[in-house]
Amino acid sequence: MAGERAAGLVRELHRAAGGHLPPFRVEELRQALEEMRALYEQNQADVSEAKAGRTDLIFLIRFRHCCLLRNQRCILAYLYDRLLRIRALRWEYGSVLPNTIQFHMSAEEVRCLRDYGEFEIDDGTTVLLKKNSQHITGPACKAPCTHCKLSAWLRTAVQLCLISYQDAADKQS
Amino acid sequence: MEANLKRAKSGDLKVSVHRMEIERIRYVLSSYLRCRLVKIEKFFPHVLEKEKSRAEGEPSILSPEEFAFAKEYMANTETYLKNVALKHMPPNLQKVSLLKSVPKPNLDSFVFLRVLERQENILVEPETDEQREYTIDLEQGSQHLIRYRTIAPLVASGAVQLI
Repeated sequence: MAGERAAGLVRELHRAAGGHLPPFRVEELRQALEEMRALYEQNQADVSEAKAGRTDLIFLIRFRHCCLLRNQRCILAYLYDRLLRIRALRWEYGSVLPNTIQFHMSAEEVRCLRDYGEFEIDDGTTVLLKKNSQHITGPACKAPCTHCKLSAWLRTAVQLCLISYQDAADKQS
Repeated sequence: MEANLKRAKSGDLKVSVHRMEIERIRYVLSSYLRCRLVKIEKFFPHVLEKEKSRAEGEPSILSPEEFAFAKEYMANTETYLKNVALKHMPPNLQKVSLLKSVPKPNLDSFVFLRVLERQENILVEPETDEQREYTIDLEQGSQHLIRYRTIAPLVASGAVQLI
């Protein structure tokens, strides 16, 4: 059935909930692209026949074209969604993704992520300069940093409360 | 504030308070910038399209660094899709319009707002065919729940504040 493999890729991604990244299905992708190539070649042959007079082929040509469009959509959706998941994981984990995740990524995805990391660092460093901070670590540790900064803030806030209570108690006595 | 810190004696209580405040400001600023980056990433073709189509005199919605980031992000994504899939596809399907594929921001979602300057005769478009458009007045200090599209220019001018 036309479009099965491409739809299968999308289905697998849809089932992997919670931002989890399943392994990159090179073989299925290759088969889906091969199917597109075959459909296109069949269409090419039929178009010349239809021009010669066989107008009953036009519906078949249109059907194949719809299959081609659907395959293109599914494949692009699969690749784009994987990219989105990888980027979300990068925001979460920082500049070095765990090996288990990297194992599931294709070579192009790793390259894409590295480029993304580069220009994110460029923008990230301007972000840091705007804050006029003294951080040397990159934007990668922004997320965990803010968590620990917030908890540090809470700790000092609690300490401050205790000190002020102590002062008030000393003044009374 | 950091200059003040250098002047103060160590062990002074004010030092802790100052330091906490600096950390807090730092956190808020980095949250703001991070939120902007997330939005740029999510809607990058539309952001770049809006930037391209804005008039000469209007101020830019992106900082120079953000603009460079958006352009590189777009180039990165396009190169990736082209190399992995598009160049292996039949010739008539090798182009894809990211502007049409990537979801647009939903300008019709409802937002809470507080009115800072009194506004009169704001036109509210109908949502369904049965309704008709009507005008409302916004009193200063009042709070409303309204579709974003209706009050978008007011947010830009600073007459209302989103909550």
